Amino acid sequence: MNSVRRRDLTMLIIGLAIFGVIQGMISGGMIGAFWQLNIILICVNVIMAVSLNLINGYTGQFSIGHAGFMAVGSYVGVVATTNFHLPFIVALILGAVCAGILGFLIGLPTLRLRGDYLAIATLGLGEIIRIVIMNIEYVGGAAGFKGIPHLTNFAWVYGAMLITLFFIKNFVNSSHGRACIAIRENEIAAEAMGVNTTKYKVMAFTIGAAFAGIAGGLFAHQFYLISPNSFTFLASFNYLIMVVLGGMGSITGSIAGAFVVTFISAALASFPEARMIIYALALILLMFYRPQGLFGYMEITNFAPIKKVLDKISGKEA
Amino acid sequence: MAENKPLLKAEDVSEVFGGLKAVADFNFYINKGELIGLIGPNGAGKTTIFNLITGVYVPTTGDIKLDGESIVGQKPYEITQRGIARTFQNIRLFSELSVLDNVKIAYHCHVKYGLIETVLRMGRYFGEEDEITAESLKLLKIFKLDEHAYEVAKNLPYGAQRRLEIARALAAKPKLLLLDEPAAGMNPQETHELMEMIRWIRKQFGLTVLLIEHDMSLVMGICERIYVLEYGMIIAEGTPTEIQNNPEVIRAYLGTESMN
Ligand SMILES: Nc1ncnc2c1ncn2[C@@H]1O[C@H](COP(=O)(O)OP(=O)(O)OP(=O)(O)O)[C@@H](O)[C@H]1O
Ligand SMILES: [Mg+2]
Repeated sequence: MNSVRRRDLTMLIIGLAIFGVIQGMISGGMIGAFWQLNIILICVNVIMAVSLNLINGYTGQFSIGHAGFMAVGSYVGVVATTNFHLPFIVALILGAVCAGILGFLIGLPTLRLRGDYLAIATLGLGEIIRIVIMNIEYVGGAAGFKGIPHLTNFAWVYGAMLITLFFIKNFVNSSHGRACIAIRENEIAAEAMGVNTTKYKVMAFTIGAAFAGIAGGLFAHQFYLISPNSFTFLASFNYLIMVVLGGMGSITGSIAGAFVVTFISAALASFPEARMIIYALALILLMFYRPQGLFGYMEITNFAPIKKVLDKISGKEA
Repeated sequence: MAENKPLLKAEDVSEVFGGLKAVADFNFYINKGELIGLIGPNGAGKTTIFNLITGVYVPTTGDIKLDGESIVGQKPYEITQRGIARTFQNIRLFSELSVLDNVKIAYHCHVKYGLIETVLRMGRYFGEEDEITAESLKLLKIFKLDEHAYEVAKNLPYGAQRRLEIARALAAKPKLLLLDEPAAGMNPQETHELMEMIRWIRKQFGLTVLLIEHDMSLVMGICERIYVLEYGMIIAEGTPTEIQNNPEVIRAYLGTESMN
């Protein structure tokens, strides 16, 4: 077994250990309902942030309609379980596939646009998805979809989060991921080095959308009711903040960003105005003192002391 | 060096930008294994010709053939996959990435493992990744960049960045290498070393090279044949000695550069 594989295994074991501790605390009644909900939201938001980071951070495309794909995953998922009584896992996969297909169809024409134009287009598309759902009576229209079975629990979201993290980590550390990063760094040079830039932009967008679909399915089955209001551009903006705060192009950063933003929202749940002020201040400070985000392009596994420990465990010679 | 069919051939190629004819009725050929120079005063259209060959621009008229097949209308990445790689006059590195990653990216079109192998880290993934890293480090060594492999590309000195551009282009495993002013900004010592490197890689990799350069010591020192361009038109073609004694060329260069 080579050192990379052993390191993956180490990370997986750490991930499972964290799961064990939190699950134990939940089962032992040490975590109340409010924080249980927020732990689940953190995991959902990690999936959202990491998948958005693949598009915005790694591939350098400025997409701000991510909640739209989440909405697709949510609605496809709840229809599958509530109306068709399909198993939860099937509903999640269906949601991911539908969101992915939509991402592909939307990505193909819009990813020709650059920078601000792409941002505006994705913002608009996110809103269009929401408004279309609002006008479909079958899923409850503006009033929302009621009677969703409560299938989501900590084990599901944590498992899905781990799968997402390993998927995206492995993707970006490959020739395919390098192609995406090359587009971010210099599109003309990437093309000159043999990278089909359109293909990889669309691929990143599709993968990102599919994972947002999974996050949507998990999110929806936590509640009795979902409505289009959960997927406004403000929600999209929230995911963007997580990515920018953590660092565009860092998976660790997205995890940290999702954690911090969810935590602040929860802690200030009863003071919504204060929350917006703190957000704004935090972002302004960040742009002044650390425009690359908390982690920049760094991963926690690259920090010298942590790297040393990991290398030791995975048996890699220094 | 003459073979029956040229590796690259341009037939009556013109490129018009608005009212400006940047390249006019350009005809030329390169045989396999040749090392050809393309020179001319500033704004003569040299870089435009590279952009036409690599698919960045589509010729207004005319045809460009690689191995006898037209490549006009193909995307830059398709042309790279067919075996033409280039460097840029205004350096275009992946500046925030490590020197090593800059080179690894260019192996892209030779990677065979697919998306599933990537995500599950199985099959050909590890074997090919190890190979890419090993080959990249070898290339960096040739260009005396191996000590900087893990540094961020933008922090390299100027001359080293130019060498990295060549190393990166070679990683795409081209048949034909296009170098746009590889010695620009280099001191005479660096230029001399670069000349040796170009000679060496051509032999080692069996390359055909077309280079644009203002540094006459380099052009006259290594090119076997030279095309001289002025206002988008070829005004002379020949061996370095012929070019140095050509009155048209001397006129074109008078007051701008010396020809020795
Ligand atoms: N995309 C473009 N649009 C309009 N004009 C262009 C474009 N690209 C090049 N030109 C013009 O075409 C002419 C040839 O430019 P080119 O860059 O090919 O010159 P060059 O021979 O490479 O010069 P140098 O030695 O300065 O690099 C110049 O007049 C330039 O301004
Ligand atoms: Mg030029």
